[in-house]
Amino acid sequence: MKFFVNGETVDASPQPGQVLRTVLRDLDHFEAKKGCDSGDCGACTVLLDGDPIHSCLYPAHRLEGARVTTVAGLGTPEAPLPLQKSFVDAAGFQCGFCTAGMIVTASTFSEEDLGDLPRLLKGNICRCTGYRSIRDAICGTTNTQTPAAGTAVGQSVRAPAGLRVATGREEFTLDFTTTGLAHLAVLGSPHAHARILSIDAASALALEGVHAVLTHLDSPATLFSTGRHEMRTDDPDDTLVLDPVLRFIGQRVAAVVADTVAIAERALDLITVEYEVLPGVFDPEAARAPGAPLLHADKGEAQRIAAPDRNVLAQMHGEMGDVDGAIAAADAVASGTWQTQRVHHAALETHATRGWLAADGRLVLRTSSQVPYLVRDELCHVFGLEPSRLRVFTARVGGGFGGKQELFTEDLVTLAVLRTGLAVQYEFTREDEFTIASPRHPMRVSVTLAATSDGTLTAMTVDQLMDTGAYGNHGIGVMYHSVHESISVYRCANKRVDAESVYTNNLPSGAFRGYGLGQVIFAMESAMDELARTLGIDPFELRRRNVIVPGDDMVVVDPHAESDLLIGSYGLDQCLDLVQGALAAGASPPEPVDGQGWRFGTGMALAMIASLPPRGHFADATVSLQADGDFEIGVGTVEFGSGTTTVHSQLVATALGTTVDRVRIRQSDTDVVEYDTGAFGSAGVVVAGKALLTAATALSALMLDRAYVLTGGSDGVIESGGVRVGERLVTAAELLEAGPLAASGHNDGTPRSVAFNVHGFRVAVDSATGEVRILQSVQAADAGTVLNPEQLRGQIEGGTAQGIGSALYEEMLLDGAGRVTTTAFRDYHVPRFADIPLTEVYFAETFDPLGPLGAKSMSEAPYNPVAPALANAIRDALGVRPHELPMSRDRIWRLVQG
Amino acid sequence: MDLIDVHEIRVPTTREGIRILPGEKALAGGTWLFSVKETGLTGLVDLTALDWEPVTRTESALVVSATCTIAELSRLTPRSLRTDPVRAGSGAESRLDPYALFWQCANSLLASFKIWNVATVGGNIALALPAGPMISLAASLDADVVIWAPDGTERRLPVATFVTGALTTSLRPGEVVREIVFPLSALSGRAGFRRIALSSLGRTGTLVIARVDPDGETVFTVTGGTSHPEQVRFDELPTASGLERRMRAIDSWYDDAHGPVDWRRAMSVRFAEQLRVELGGAI
Repeated sequence: MKFFVNGETVDASPQPGQVLRTVLRDLDHFEAKKGCDSGDCGACTVLLDGDPIHSCLYPAHRLEGARVTTVAGLGTPEAPLPLQKSFVDAAGFQCGFCTAGMIVTASTFSEEDLGDLPRLLKGNICRCTGYRSIRDAICGTTNTQTPAAGTAVGQSVRAPAGLRVATGREEFTLDFTTTGLAHLAVLGSPHAHARILSIDAASALALEGVHAVLTHLDSPATLFSTGRHEMRTDDPDDTLVLDPVLRFIGQRVAAVVADTVAIAERALDLITVEYEVLPGVFDPEAARAPGAPLLHADKGEAQRIAAPDRNVLAQMHGEMGDVDGAIAAADAVASGTWQTQRVHHAALETHATRGWLAADGRLVLRTSSQVPYLVRDELCHVFGLEPSRLRVFTARVGGGFGGKQELFTEDLVTLAVLRTGLAVQYEFTREDEFTIASPRHPMRVSVTLAATSDGTLTAMTVDQLMDTGAYGNHGIGVMYHSVHESISVYRCANKRVDAESVYTNNLPSGAFRGYGLGQVIFAMESAMDELARTLGIDPFELRRRNVIVPGDDMVVVDPHAESDLLIGSYGLDQCLDLVQGALAAGASPPEPVDGQGWRFGTGMALAMIASLPPRGHFADATVSLQADGDFEIGVGTVEFGSGTTTVHSQLVATALGTTVDRVRIRQSDTDVVEYDTGAFGSAGVVVAGKALLTAATALSALMLDRAYVLTGGSDGVIESGGVRVGERLVTAAELLEAGPLAASGHNDGTPRSVAFNVHGFRVAVDSATGEVRILQSVQAADAGTVLNPEQLRGQIEGGTAQGIGSALYEEMLLDGAGRVTTTAFRDYHVPRFADIPLTEVYFAETFDPLGPLGAKSMSEAPYNPVAPALANAIRDALGVRPHELPMSRDRIWRLVQG
Repeated sequence: MDLIDVHEIRVPTTREGIRILPGEKALAGGTWLFSVKETGLTGLVDLTALDWEPVTRTESALVVSATCTIAELSRLTPRSLRTDPVRAGSGAESRLDPYALFWQCANSLLASFKIWNVATVGGNIALALPAGPMISLAASLDADVVIWAPDGTERRLPVATFVTGALTTSLRPGEVVREIVFPLSALSGRAGFRRIALSSLGRTGTLVIARVDPDGETVFTVTGGTSHPEQVRFDELPTASGLERRMRAIDSWYDDAHGPVDWRRAMSVRFAEQLRVELGGAI
């Protein structure tokens, strides 16, 4: 059939049952993104004869003569549509995966539609921004600047990839063509706990187009963890590429490699598996009780599993002082038990890897990962490869939020490529994301706080139980982190912590923004609020009396613990003042008018977070001068929406006296620099950024030295294009005549500092329906020097939006027997434009000597105080305290019913 | 998503050409069919080339083709009657004109206006999701569904009984929905609308429409909150207790990720009473 794409006639012969999106991507129109494949997210939006539609739902057989327009047809980087330019100028995207669909959708809006955006954008999910900047983009508000040479730091510089993202040119993981590409599909376990007795794949192998069927018989025998850290010993060795024992529904039983996804999936139906079904356990409390079915009884200390005989992956029990005595002697005690749910990352780009053998025989993996170097190193460990044999890199990654600090697709692709010699792709579906990727750990957290009548904390106990699921990826680190900054932010002489991370036959949990802190902070800050009420002390004031201040040690339960964590700078006091002031200033809001049952409340909460992960985070970076005066930087950090790449270009441009457009970036590729631990734990700016700054500073000295020699002993200053010595500009080309000019930098991520966030809400709660309306949302952040105000604001708004999602809407549901029942966005509500209020964002003024130019990290942090601040506001409104997330309308309504 | 088991799509242009074989399904817009994996679906019969006039009027009815898109249907509400979906749901904004319902129900679809450009009225009804807003619309206005049988005959039954439960209807193998017939009598009185979901514009938790015809007949229709449409009828506006008693007798409350039974029941009862008052019932 013939139809038109962006004005060009195309000839295509779609298969029956194919959709427009597939046809477009097969025609190399990669700008039609695949975010959900079910019409819920809007990333694939195109115009069909002028009307916006979701191309993942549109039957291709109807296309004869149709005119299709994608975001790439609306404009080019050289000649963008004003709307496309506006998305760049407004900083209207972060990862950019939703942007193509967002722009195509908005391109149909009239002037009068601008007042109707919540309704018109309910079919477009953005997980990163919190939508304020998208509103600005659509309404033509510019939030960014074009700084003069040498002044980029501290200004709202645009993302370097901006126009490419907005015109659909920027490549994400699978946005490129590989000839002869084979596809991999996985047969998932139908049982939550079973042993494979036999697998018969003969019929599947006989199917035309099938190249291989991989089973546990093909698996390397090396145990590993999908969770990745700088030290591989941070996670338990409890996982195999393909394991004969299945511990959760959906776990890999077999993988088929075939010419197409359709053939591979058909082949899965032809595999006959005989299982011995084993008893399962689905509740962490039951799992650690005597007699429970054991998941990893065949493993132990050598695999770093604390107590496999009671399904306990990790445990921490400690006490300082006399907690019980202090509680008995206290003037006031507040306690409670709080429960958090599983939260789905909802990065719009799913996990995916494409692998192939390069001409020199090396294995190359292009993957959607936050940690390409860690992936390379672990694959070398599991498959016994030399690091030089393996290259792992990423293009732009469509969102992470911790979910891509895992090895979910790379290992199978490695196995498949090594086995078949073919180029092989494995792409998670959205259903896979819900059922076999790793959501946020659900936690049950009990907190007791005791204080004297003047509000001095005298005792604190935390009892934390978390469901790590069938495997322990991040199940150790999340446990320790969850009870660290949540507790150590408060001075208290008597503290007790009991925490356990427990295996169950549910899907494995994993790293999620905040890394466990959000769950415990929800409980801790709720308990602090209750204590303030009991004491009759203002909640801001109670915090001021008890939070750590410069000079204090950060203590969990061991005052003598060795740590490289320091209060490098301190802005918590400012954050508390800023939020309290903003809430007071905003005290007369527009209030709901419909119905009589509205009640009003105010709440706040604080959060502290380490500026990067413990036990080492390393980055190498290079900067070199190019003949045209541009600089090329090499850095390991992946760009997945946090804006690190923008900041990197700012740091280099500032150090080298130039403008950001003259900084060319090579990144996130194990071939580019020696090493980079990766983009997690908010480390991109404070580790790789520091390494880059070191390199740029060194290069600057080299350039000045060479200019000094060239000009016969005169000192110059760096400026765009070369070195200015008196009247003369010694050009880059002249400087390079005596040989290349390049420098490298390294940072080892220690010592570490802490960042602070305080959030405040004023809400109206409809006691008749349970609806919560946010009347005012305020966050103050202590991020040290603000390197890029608009990006920082975007991170805080995005974290707030994700926090509001976790607090009010999002909930992965399981059936009690290990099966996830919410497997699509239509059944799992990620906040839409309509759900997110504007958040007032304030910055504390601090300077952190440990960070680059005084900056601290700020990507996970803004999420953490949101849920408790909202819970405290709802408590204030209703007089009853919520103890469970999400605080959905039905739960709030039930709370009111009593 | 690609439907990988589908190996044939037929596109009939005449009624005689409509043959739906075992393993096949009728395809209208496709916005649901192409959104879920369905094993064993081997073929599709595309009804959109039959060229059915989207909307026609007779002396006594407004007739909406099964293949009328939601976008086309939504335009039956004149601009002056188009309400904000959140404010309409809570009752903060009401029009009392039954013609406002087309817009309100279109906006009750979880999906946005982009899906309206492809999704059809008949498809939404035949799918029989509890939250299907075209079911809410048609049931509350006592519309009939006209069904074409494979033997060339047709039959007609109320939409409120056509949908028998979550994803089940009285459609027999080989039958297709031809059109929805809205009696003008139901469009000439007054009507009120309430809807709530777990998020402002989310999938319906419950949706209640109340209608008072010129002859005084009063009908409360609950959808979304129940597994199939539930209707409570009165000869005239009921008393508060009379309405509550009948509402509480409903026993098909639905439970899924979009709301638990107790909340859906409470919201439905509350909405019915609000609508009773809004339509003139004594307080």
